[in-house]
Amino acid sequence: MVTAPPGVTAREVAARVRDPELPVLTLADLGVLREVVERDGRVVVTITPTYSGCPAVEEMGADLRRALRRAGFAEVEVRTSLHPAWTTDWITEDGLRKLREAGIAPPSRLGPRAAGPVPLNLAPPSRRVPCPRCGSPRTTELSRFGATACKALRRCEDCAEPFEHVKEI
Amino acid sequence: MNADNATDSVYDGLVDQEDAHWAFGTGFHEPLAGVDRAVPDVDRADLTAYCLMLGDDALVLSQRLAEWCSRAPELEEDVALANIALDLLGQARLLLTRAGEVEGAGRDEDALAYLRDEREFRNVHLAEIECGPFAGGDFATTIARLLVFSSWKLAQYSRLRGSADPVLAAVAAKGLKELAYHRDHAAQWTVRLGDGTEESHRRMRAGLHRVWPFLDELFTAHPVELRLPGVAVDPAGLRSEVEDVLAEVCRAAGLELPDAAPAARVAGKAGRDGVHTEAMGYLLAEMQHLHRSLPGAKW
Repeated sequence: MVTAPPGVTAREVAARVRDPELPVLTLADLGVLREVVERDGRVVVTITPTYSGCPAVEEMGADLRRALRRAGFAEVEVRTSLHPAWTTDWITEDGLRKLREAGIAPPSRLGPRAAGPVPLNLAPPSRRVPCPRCGSPRTTELSRFGATACKALRRCEDCAEPFEHVKEI
Repeated sequence: MNADNATDSVYDGLVDQEDAHWAFGTGFHEPLAGVDRAVPDVDRADLTAYCLMLGDDALVLSQRLAEWCSRAPELEEDVALANIALDLLGQARLLLTRAGEVEGAGRDEDALAYLRDEREFRNVHLAEIECGPFAGGDFATTIARLLVFSSWKLAQYSRLRGSADPVLAAVAAKGLKELAYHRDHAAQWTVRLGDGTEESHRRMRAGLHRVWPFLDELFTAHPVELRLPGVAVDPAGLRSEVEDVLAEVCRAAGLELPDAAPAARVAGKAGRDGVHTEAMGYLLAEMQHLHRSLPGAKW
């Protein structure tokens, strides 16, 4: 059995695992890594799904187990925690920067939400999403639903390039 | 794999040693692993039935929306409806897993989705009726159904967040955010079609008339829902909130609210009792035949 190099914690290993669908981000950047507990050589990692049906959750678990085993942690358990529900506000500042650098418009911060009925939006979102390539604020939403559950598709009116936007949730 | 046969197949380099690497393939795990699963002190048969009601609503509409895959009017819409179907499928997996766990008879999500017969499904009729792409509707009818369904679910889930069942509360809190996107999508299309051309207006109007008779069932409490105070939501209390939303959307779309008589019940029974419309058998045949023909089949 390989043993973990001295000084490397399970949390550090887990935090470096990349998201399978947004590989520019680590699971820590994405804010889905809830907790890493290391006790008597056993590691319990808790992650949270981004969307209920996100198929990447299965792969995140497999990637975490693989990375931790390779780092010498023989016994690894990955748990899923649904509550509290993930929000894009948990993507770190570093994560937002990495998304932008990869040509993906990051979500804006939602902040705390009011209790009570969810307001109805009849107009397309007025939120400004600047183009991640040229920085122009003149962009339009092509589709609210993109190639993965978490992204919308937009186009820049100035450089004419389409781009993805991690939508606020 | 050793170095000698490393080039035997171009796919070898792509495939990891662990099959769970493929997100859409094998390796799906217990979806509730690690979630707080304390069962509230209520009748287990009632709680199982309630979880099935919620899970079947999501599963059956997910199946209906997936029928649009490759058939939507434009690629973006194909992707959108598939995404919405995927969100609902994710909710259904959690809810059916919970139903199986509370039941305690060893049935998992697959056994419940694929091996139950029509009379054991407890979804509302609105989820199962034909609204397109095949006979029984078109894109506008599908949008009308999605608008009504997601407005109703949103109201239900926002109350379910406070459920004494920690799994139902967590699924609702998470699903709520997804449903808000579904409802906005349907509402914006309703406005675009209703306030569009003469033809799009006619179709949107016809779509609303098609689904309106199924509205009443959404607000009719089943005895199970009334026997679980603190755990279940009484649907009768959702009516005014949902009707306000639908009225607001129709107003913006230049459409009149349909005035349709509720669809007939069979001796007072409907979807929540396992009494379904003719469309349900065909839907289940499509959804279940692979699993029943090849039990335990995996991709």
